[in-house]
Amino acid sequence: MENRLIVSPSPHAHIDDSVAKIMWAVSLALLPAGAAGVYFFGLKALWIIILGIVSAVATEIILQKLSKSKITVSDGSAFLTGLLLAYNLPPGVPFWVPIVGSFFAIFIGKFVFGGLGKNIFNPALAGRAFLMASWPSLMTTFVKPFGYKYDAITSATPLAALKEGKVMEHISNLNLFFGNRPGCIGEVCVLALLAGAVFLLIKGYISWHIPFSFIGTVGFFTCVFGAKGLFNGDWLFHILSGGLILGAFYMATDYVTSPLTRKGQIIFGIGCGLITGVIRLWGGYPEGVCYAILIMNAATPLIDRYVRPRIYGTK
Amino acid sequence: MDVSKFMAIMISMVFINNFILSKFLGLCSFIGVSKEIKPAVSMGIAVTFVATMSSIITWFIYRFLLIPFNITYLRTIAFILVIASFVQFVEMVIRKTSPPLYKALGIYLPLITVNCAILGVAVLNSETFFIGKTTMSGSFWMSAVQGFFAGVGFLLAMALMSGIRQRLELIDCPECLKGVPLAFVIASLMSLAFMGFNGFKF
Amino acid sequence: MKNLIREFVKGITIENPTFALVLGLCPTLAVSSSVGNAIGMGVSATFVLLGSNIIISLIRKLIPDQIRIPCFIVVIATFVTIVEMLLKAYFPALNASLGIYVPLIVVNCIVLGRAEAFACKNRVLPSIADALGMGVGFTIALTIIATIREALGEGEILDFKLIHGFDPAAVFILAPGALLTLGLLIAAVNWWHIRKKDNKEIKKLSCHEGVCDGCK
Repeated sequence: MENRLIVSPSPHAHIDDSVAKIMWAVSLALLPAGAAGVYFFGLKALWIIILGIVSAVATEIILQKLSKSKITVSDGSAFLTGLLLAYNLPPGVPFWVPIVGSFFAIFIGKFVFGGLGKNIFNPALAGRAFLMASWPSLMTTFVKPFGYKYDAITSATPLAALKEGKVMEHISNLNLFFGNRPGCIGEVCVLALLAGAVFLLIKGYISWHIPFSFIGTVGFFTCVFGAKGLFNGDWLFHILSGGLILGAFYMATDYVTSPLTRKGQIIFGIGCGLITGVIRLWGGYPEGVCYAILIMNAATPLIDRYVRPRIYGTK
Repeated sequence: MDVSKFMAIMISMVFINNFILSKFLGLCSFIGVSKEIKPAVSMGIAVTFVATMSSIITWFIYRFLLIPFNITYLRTIAFILVIASFVQFVEMVIRKTSPPLYKALGIYLPLITVNCAILGVAVLNSETFFIGKTTMSGSFWMSAVQGFFAGVGFLLAMALMSGIRQRLELIDCPECLKGVPLAFVIASLMSLAFMGFNGFKF
Repeated sequence: MKNLIREFVKGITIENPTFALVLGLCPTLAVSSSVGNAIGMGVSATFVLLGSNIIISLIRKLIPDQIRIPCFIVVIATFVTIVEMLLKAYFPALNASLGIYVPLIVVNCIVLGRAEAFACKNRVLPSIADALGMGVGFTIALTIIATIREALGEGEILDFKLIHGFDPAAVFILAPGALLTLGLLIAAVNWWHIRKKDNKEIKKLSCHEGVCDGCK
């Protein structure tokens, strides 16, 4: 039965853009980054993306069939979840990894909460965190760009190399910007990610508050504490490497799991940035974007509760 | 005690070894009292206070009573009795001196006696900061700090959880997951997120 | 005799401490990462339950009502100390892997809950049956959870390799896997009850939540 009575807290603002339109627009904006990933890591990356998407959509259909609710895959949310999950995987993972990850993301990340709009955590990131805890070695084995041409050479990501104090061949900031570096499929090409983000910002599908405060905080934090002595850190390196751009523009901005108000969004972004910085500089994992967003997702209900817009006419 | 040791205990107790999300201590009150924000936060504050104080008291008991008389095997009985009487004492003091505070925290105090987090932190202190019969240097301050941040970790998990559950109150999730099972799933995801701090080195 | 059997069986089925009453969660989750630990904890808790139920039932008329909880705690703590010493002496490896969760049996709500709800109101024989039922129910629940977690997280049960070539999901022996497994198991029990009582009044198991705090 379709639920026509929607009970939701104010504001009851109405916009023409339907959920489906936004989801498909975000997916579209993510395409260039995926194309770049396939260009750098070969056809295997394409297979992983396709497997991620297909299993996410299939899981959604099966669960909605089993629970006898309306099938809502056409809204694109399962598609986007699968896509984002695949983008967060190293290109060398076995083929069952995106399938298991998408299943977890849709089932535990979304379905148990009652479906889209009610989930607390970003499903794709929940899936990634699950994979990371389950198969840490698979999830941290990266291959060099163009490695597929000569039988997959494994290599550390720039952040992992920094953490282990290894001296690796220097990757220039320009290469980081274009994506010619080891990393997850969708996170490497900053140029493509930014192009998509500009499209979403112009269309008004995402606002600048979360990504800018997130990236700004990471830059500031790593600049201050990133090296011996204060204000000596290589902030540009930290911004361009890892999954920061992908996370800040495409995953932290998820409507459902981020705060409603502008002020709340800035708090959310700064919180994400601080946690990312702390994990990158002192944590055991090289990358903290995924965990930072998940932890701030958990804090979102509290932020929404205590940072409410002022009621008109009151102080 | 130097700053890095202090930071290490803080991050470890609040995030990595969070008493609820990683050691499952105090899980009963976590599931039972986290349906609304206000009681959950009050409970968290009460636990923080009692955990700190009982860490201090049990340190004295262990250091100056159990070890010298060679009766460390009575640790469990001694700790639980001391904690129970301390909580009773606090309850009486608060009731006499500050009725509003009693109204806010008092009802949670009796529950805290049998909260595993309190006995847990006392036992943990006696195991980490005493090697056999010798006392580690600075163990008193480290015990107190460990107790305090164990409580802060409890408070943080409580606050986040109650915020989430209050928001989820009206949703129609699958019938069989309503209530306790969904709370466990949320706790599981929070625990996954907190794993990001694993291997922290300052 | 019939009564005794009923008291015994209810602890395993309708009043199962883990799945129905949702009590004693800390040890349930903490030690269920392997089947061996789970059985060790189950047996230890059963021993404490049995001992405390017998003693409390014997002295129930001597205990003044106002200070009954402290009295219960002293009795329980005594038996926990006995278990601690026995484990240290005869099963040092098990004692090491159970760690601080052995002394924490003192604050296990199941033990105190049975003392308060059953032993202080009943005679010795029913109390023994009740303790054994609850203990066995707890052990079975622990073993079920541990079997699932060890099979998924290590790919083996009691060092017996299950499937070759299966890459186990380490998360299931860690904390998130424990919480997830228990949550989904309780959901499965609920689902089964809802299905069974589909036409009758739907009685959710989750209405018991908070019992743990309520019983104190």
